[in-house]
Amino acid sequence: MNSLKERLIKYAFTAMGYLSLLLLFGIMAVLFIESRPAVKELNILNFLFGPQWRPARTPAEYGILPLIAGSLSVSFGAISICVPLGAGAALYLNELAGETQRRVLKPVIEILAGIPSIIFGFFGLVAVAPFLQETFNLPVGVCLFTASIVLGIMTIPAITTICEDALSFVPRSFKEASFAMGANRWQTLTKVTIPAAGSGICTAIILGIGRLMGETMSVLMVAGGAAVIPKSIFSPVRPMTAAIAAEMGEAARGSMHYSALFLIGLVLFLITLALNILSEHISKKYRLKLGQGR
Amino acid sequence: MEMDPAAITTPKIKTENLNFFYGGFHALKNINLNVHEMQVTALIGPSGCGKSTLIRLFNRMSDMTPKTRAEGKIMFEGGNIFDAKTDLVKLRRNIGMVFQKPNPFPKTIFQNISYGPEIQGCKDKDFIYHRVEESLKKAALWDDVKTRLHSSALGMSGGQQQRLCIARALAVEPKVILFDEPCASLDPISTAKIEELILELKKNYTILIVTHNMQQASRVSDYTAFMYLGNLIEFGQTDRVFTVPKDKKTEEYLSGVFG
Ligand SMILES: Nc1ncnc2c1ncn2[C@@H]1O[C@H](COP(=O)(O)OP(=O)(O)O)[C@@H](O)[C@H]1O
Ligand SMILES: [Mg+2]
Repeated sequence: MNSLKERLIKYAFTAMGYLSLLLLFGIMAVLFIESRPAVKELNILNFLFGPQWRPARTPAEYGILPLIAGSLSVSFGAISICVPLGAGAALYLNELAGETQRRVLKPVIEILAGIPSIIFGFFGLVAVAPFLQETFNLPVGVCLFTASIVLGIMTIPAITTICEDALSFVPRSFKEASFAMGANRWQTLTKVTIPAAGSGICTAIILGIGRLMGETMSVLMVAGGAAVIPKSIFSPVRPMTAAIAAEMGEAARGSMHYSALFLIGLVLFLITLALNILSEHISKKYRLKLGQGR
Repeated sequence: MEMDPAAITTPKIKTENLNFFYGGFHALKNINLNVHEMQVTALIGPSGCGKSTLIRLFNRMSDMTPKTRAEGKIMFEGGNIFDAKTDLVKLRRNIGMVFQKPNPFPKTIFQNISYGPEIQGCKDKDFIYHRVEESLKKAALWDDVKTRLHSSALGMSGGQQQRLCIARALAVEPKVILFDEPCASLDPISTAKIEELILELKKNYTILIVTHNMQQASRVSDYTAFMYLGNLIEFGQTDRVFTVPKDKKTEEYLSGVFG
């Protein structure tokens, strides 16, 4: 048991485990250090709720409200597309599709989840944007609506997979009990299966929002890039990630702009961290809830 | 002296040349069994002999298992339950089921019981409340839970959960209740409570209980059916089957030669 080889293997894995922890703290440290000048110089409330993001002007204005509004509006736009479609697909897979269909569809959906986001961005740019521009007679095709559609479609597979897992987690015995009482399929689905999978589905949605907030490549391509609070679904927007990606190259190292971009990164990090903790919390409760019913 | 069972009570359910197949596997072979009204009938036999398969046919839960086939008839209230025109919803309201492992919904105690009346379309709150109370009382659970009707059913002990499942089944006012090894996962005290309850329920319901436990069969049942490898080997009044079994296999099983 205690041979040298086994000890070495154990140390190696321990080291790898701690390395990832170290990296995480390293990244957080960089975020904190680099954003310090901005935290010191700019009032944090003005930073978070300032309505103007004009880092290139003199005097520069660093209010990220338009960027936060951009991130939130794109995320919620996308969520309102991918949740009904993704959850619907999961319900279909779990409840209606036959064995053969499920065997084909599940892997296909999983492959879809692996498509690089730039491909979706590309699709948004050449297919969705021109189409919307023509149909709605817009000045520009890249806008909040386009970004919502592209990100929404992009997130369907992830939502479907997590929702499907949540549904298949519901013990068969619950459904049997329901059917044995004379409930039909629809009643069983809406009153037993979905409520029992509910917290799993919530987790899927929250994780989805987190992922959407962090998505960069495709929003950079299709959101339009205007750092203004959107007035309609056809306004171009600049989500936080897009601002960082677009501006980091031009911001001089050590400048206030540079530090402010790090502070945006920190804010984004804290938002996604909070979402992750929330979903972890819900799914833990969910496991407790179903634990005994199996 | 044994009397002809049919002379004492009328059969509530009657199987006629019933055969059942899982794909190519012949799981039930030509079963002819009468389940007598307002009596407890126990189904005994070694594991894998087809007890669950048979009991799940009576409310057609077997429909949920794909690639299965039934032949023959199960007569209930004048009709064959396999008829195309059988209303499954009605059948399952008439013939309730309690499963091997307690399976309350992850809802409150109250919601577990109100589920049945609600899916029947009942919206009258007073009526539902009354039905919940009545069902819990019938299941001897009311005194245990009346102060925490709105807490989760999953916080109850295993025995309480099983009685909750019985109450849930009672709430749709069935005529027959099927029990598939209801005490398999329970401790002796909870088991005794369930047995007591079954004897009480017998006054108003026709009961069919699968059990692994021969003592349990002798304690709670009026009739016993012994199954072996998909065949119904022996059927009769419990006292008679346990004291003077007619079939050698029954005798061997009851004396613990195999099990
Ligand atoms: N879903 C199924 N598919 C195929 N065979 C099954 C299935 N369920 C049960 N069987 C088989 O049918 C036989 C009877 O099983 P079952 O009715 O569960 O027995 P019991 O309840 O008496 O222990 C067993 O041989 C079992 O392996
Ligand atoms: Mg069984």
